[in-house]
Amino acid sequence: MKKITDCLSERILILDGAMGTMIQRHQLSEADFRGERFKDHRHDLKGNNDLLSITRPDIILGIHNEYLEAGSDIIETNTFSSTSIAQADYHLESLAFELNVAGAKLARRAADEFTAKNPSRPRYVAGSIGPTNKTLSLSPDVSNPGYRAVTFDEVANAYYEQVHGLSEGGADLLLIETIFDTLNAKAAIYAIKKYFRESGKPALPIMISGTITDASGRTLSGQTLEAFYISVMHARPLSVGLNCALGGKQMRPYMEELSHIASCYVSCYPNAGLPNAMAEYDETPEDTAGVLREFARAGFVNIVGGCCGTTPAHIKKIAEEVKAIKPRKLPEPVAEFV
Amino acid sequence: MDNPDILLSSLTLSGLEPVSIRADSLFVNVGERTNVTGSKKFARLVREGQFEEALSIARQQVENGAQILDVNMDDALLDGEKAMVTFLNLLQAEPDIAKIPIMIDSSKFPIIEAGLKCVQGKCIVNSISLKEGEEKFIHEAEICLDFGAAVVVMAFDEKGQADSTGRRVEIAQKAFDVLTKKVGFPPTDIIFDLNVFPVATGIEEHNINAVSFIEATRVVKQKLPGVKISGGVSNLSFSFRGNDTVREAMHSVFLYHAIKAGMDMGIVNAGQLKVYDEIEPQLRELCEDVILNRNPDATEKLLAFAESVKSQGKKVEKDLSWRNGTVEERLSHSLINGITDFIEGDTEEARLKYPKPLDVIEGPLMAGMNVVGDLFGAGKMFLPQVVKSARVMKKSVAVLNPYMEAEKEKLAAEKGADAMKNGRILLATVKGDVHDIGKNIVGVVLGCNGYEVIDLGVMVPAEKILQTAKEKEVDIIGVSGLITPSLDEMVHVAREMKRQQFTLPLLIGGATTSRTHTAVKIAPEYDHGVVHVLDASRSVTTVSTLLNTDTRPAFLEKTKTEYEDVREKFRNKRSAKQYLSFADARSNKVKIDWAAYTSRKPNFLGIQSFENYDLNEIAQFIDWGPFFIAWEMHGKFPAILTDKIVGKEAKKLYDDARALLYKIITQKWLTAKAAIGIFPANSNSKETVIIKNKDTETPLEFLRQQIKKVQGEPNVCLADFIAPAESGKQDYMGAFAVTTGLGIEKWIGYFEKDHDDYNKIMLKALADRLAEAFAECMHERVRKEFWGYAACEKLTNEELIHEDYKGIRPAPGYPACPEHTEKRKLFKLIQATEKAEIILTDHLAMYPASSVSGWYFSHPDSHYFGIGKILGDQVADYSKRKGWTMEEAEHWLRPQLND
Repeated sequence: MKKITDCLSERILILDGAMGTMIQRHQLSEADFRGERFKDHRHDLKGNNDLLSITRPDIILGIHNEYLEAGSDIIETNTFSSTSIAQADYHLESLAFELNVAGAKLARRAADEFTAKNPSRPRYVAGSIGPTNKTLSLSPDVSNPGYRAVTFDEVANAYYEQVHGLSEGGADLLLIETIFDTLNAKAAIYAIKKYFRESGKPALPIMISGTITDASGRTLSGQTLEAFYISVMHARPLSVGLNCALGGKQMRPYMEELSHIASCYVSCYPNAGLPNAMAEYDETPEDTAGVLREFARAGFVNIVGGCCGTTPAHIKKIAEEVKAIKPRKLPEPVAEFV
Repeated sequence: MDNPDILLSSLTLSGLEPVSIRADSLFVNVGERTNVTGSKKFARLVREGQFEEALSIARQQVENGAQILDVNMDDALLDGEKAMVTFLNLLQAEPDIAKIPIMIDSSKFPIIEAGLKCVQGKCIVNSISLKEGEEKFIHEAEICLDFGAAVVVMAFDEKGQADSTGRRVEIAQKAFDVLTKKVGFPPTDIIFDLNVFPVATGIEEHNINAVSFIEATRVVKQKLPGVKISGGVSNLSFSFRGNDTVREAMHSVFLYHAIKAGMDMGIVNAGQLKVYDEIEPQLRELCEDVILNRNPDATEKLLAFAESVKSQGKKVEKDLSWRNGTVEERLSHSLINGITDFIEGDTEEARLKYPKPLDVIEGPLMAGMNVVGDLFGAGKMFLPQVVKSARVMKKSVAVLNPYMEAEKEKLAAEKGADAMKNGRILLATVKGDVHDIGKNIVGVVLGCNGYEVIDLGVMVPAEKILQTAKEKEVDIIGVSGLITPSLDEMVHVAREMKRQQFTLPLLIGGATTSRTHTAVKIAPEYDHGVVHVLDASRSVTTVSTLLNTDTRPAFLEKTKTEYEDVREKFRNKRSAKQYLSFADARSNKVKIDWAAYTSRKPNFLGIQSFENYDLNEIAQFIDWGPFFIAWEMHGKFPAILTDKIVGKEAKKLYDDARALLYKIITQKWLTAKAAIGIFPANSNSKETVIIKNKDTETPLEFLRQQIKKVQGEPNVCLADFIAPAESGKQDYMGAFAVTTGLGIEKWIGYFEKDHDDYNKIMLKALADRLAEAFAECMHERVRKEFWGYAACEKLTNEELIHEDYKGIRPAPGYPACPEHTEKRKLFKLIQATEKAEIILTDHLAMYPASSVSGWYFSHPDSHYFGIGKILGDQVADYSKRKGWTMEEAEHWLRPQLND
């Protein structure tokens, strides 16, 4: 299979769009989430999207296929919350490894089918590694700022298990995404390095995608974009970028800054605009694609796609719009220091 | 990347903000006071667990210009790992300190590792070395690399610490090779500490210590491109302990020369660095002799000089000008800047100034928190800073708490135990959602304010929320959520509250919630108060208002009215950015099945006028609500008359109004006249309605909404409510103009002469109310009598005010038909000026001012709405219909233009 770096040097690659939005369209019930296997589970499972990789694989596979059909070069596994920490909310901690294997296998199967149809255009599977729902730099207890709900080692161990599962399931890449606390991301990087060192497997390329959460232009844990970038560069990532929280329009100054400072490839997969008062995203495929086309023309990006509220229609339009535009060039490396 | 060479040869670090140490950077200060081995005070504070004060030492370092903060917990009496973790975790919550990178300093690697696990930014590890062999060195370097930290490498190997130029260079070279070739360390992340040793110790061999360091710096920088040089500067002046004047001068002189040789950073007390040029020349000369080893008796001379200068204690300089402000300003400053140092004293001062301790919270403290909320909203503060503000708030409240408790007890003694009860608030993140950071903050802020908070945690089903609310007899329920499906769950909670006949208020909060969503989707489901709370800083005011029985009804009423407006706006403005083409809007008109509907033939057709209409009859239709609003008193009539706060004033106003009204009616101060007309009418299927009055046809032109609506919602035009000619059905439409302002001038003049503004305003306000009442009165008669389509209608005045009747009476110039010039047609149709003495001015205002005019529509689907903004295509169409130029059209449609 053609190497992803070769593809990246030729053109802008297309990620997929939202998984949650697509799952919502199916209007699944508690029973769908439970399936036969978890029908007696003592806690609610509705909303545990990652579980569908096991209980409704048909739906997840269908969504992967829709995105591949729309033109995604890279699809993300349905494993955003597949860590023992995030699954604890559903009392399914012990399922974390299996969720990652299952999620990666589904995406692998879909991607391989499309690659087989057209081997000159390989499709890649990025193992989605979400932020978990606990923060390592922020105390959940305002009156006790030194308190932490989890430790670095707990988070790193949970990620280690996730990376193990994703790797077993056949992921090509590892995507640490929606980073709102950089220390969580550092735990993921730490776990990835450790896993590949210990397993002896060839290390998978890492993609990193942070989230600027509000108008201050900082991550939730308070870092500026450049500080964030500096804090994760030791991962030697394939790409660094931004996703979620903002629409493309609001991301522009940050994408511009990132494209300027990043020594690796740059990715961008915004939400379909800012949510309206009803918490719906109403950017049309034309809107989102228009913004990303402008980023591409400005030379900001190498990888584009969509986050919350985007659909295969968005991805199709995005793919069309950036097709003819040259990817951002990597800055010239200075050989002796790299 | 303007110049990759510079970037790659620079050492980049980060706290919350980036720091780049480049070849051309100025010297970087590493703050050293947060080091238990160097600062006795810091060591004592850490040992005693006084971390808050220990943090203020860190803050002082930053304020004094430290660009990196050295943290060291190597003390035999301390659990170093624990102290490091505690301090760094606390430090992360202090954005003004955490903005700079941390240097994790320890001779014990496990402490370093523990520290690395606490810091999100890119740190420096200080230090590792070849002291215990290459294997350990490699192992530790690998761990540093896993965390992305830069490292300080001590010039130390198995043979010992390097003390000559040659040894320093030799060890640096060896360490560099191992790090870059075996570990894969980037050269730019390597910092060598080449060992600063004391000079002027009296031992002759020590005299070359500084010179040797400077020389080694020069060589290493040349041989090993990319690396940085550092050193612990205070070691240099070890023999002058206690004499800060001399020490500071020595440090400055040393750095002056070492930096020139290539030293990039040093561990120094950032507050104690004299500017080289400002050192007293004699002292500078002596220091230079010592450091550069220029003179054999340099040491003795400097010692002699040192004896002669008293070590003047130096004050810590800090901008404290804000302390000169009022106590309110100081509290606000502390809240916004997250400063706890003075909050207790200031709070106490405020407590003495205000009548009640609670007034301090509700006054200056909440004012400060509101500023915090605004700054956060504007992106000028970020979350960790907001959390800090909340903590300052908590401290302040803690000062007030005992007094509030005492007051409560006093109250309880006086009034019984009920008065003791401070509100009990139930908080929960709704089922299906696991996000709770915001909810926790709200809980703490409320707790700070003395409320009892029951927090049910995350993923809480509605049943559990409501059951707990009953069992614990809570006063308010607050639900929170971050993800989209939570919004539906909140609607479910509201519905359940209604079904289970709850009466307590429901608060809505969380990142995806909004005032609009609350107003449109949740509030209509529950009748006893649904309030959206924007953020934690607003939760206290909302809760205290709701728990106060005096303020609660008015607040809920106000919220309800606001939400009604929001709903109305939402219906009109949905997807505000998106508009349909005029053609598309027209094809999305109101769909009425005209084949299935026959309009009632009016009992009379043509025009009719009314002279000297009975004011007493009209007065029965008065809606007093707007009367009080005109006097800026908000509340629902008649509840406002018994309101605990404004009730007395409202009652007085009402009594005065009734008295004057009585005079107006009995002494016939005002004359009421009206003209109405009902005519055969049909629409042209578009936006025009043709009125037939005897032989003349009058085309009435209306506008159509062009905003993109949700699926299933039409783009409304008033003409849609009239049967189109092509339906073959005869339809009808009416018009009216009423006034109650005739004769008012005389009485206005009368009150003016008397300088009686109160009665002058009262009279105008009453005349306006009467005009509206007259319109209501005529409308009812039209519905029941003249047109007669609702002959059996029986509505109370209350229901009239709520417009519960069938059919509408929109006025030209108002939202459904905003274009004013159509008023001319209306006046002509019913001869309003001739029959009712109402004049239309050039600007299309009615005179007397207390007049109302409008159209009558009878179709049961007809309703009030706003046109909103329209696009150029409709403007062009409208101008054609009206026979206007585009300029004229744009003039009259100005408020509707979408530009």
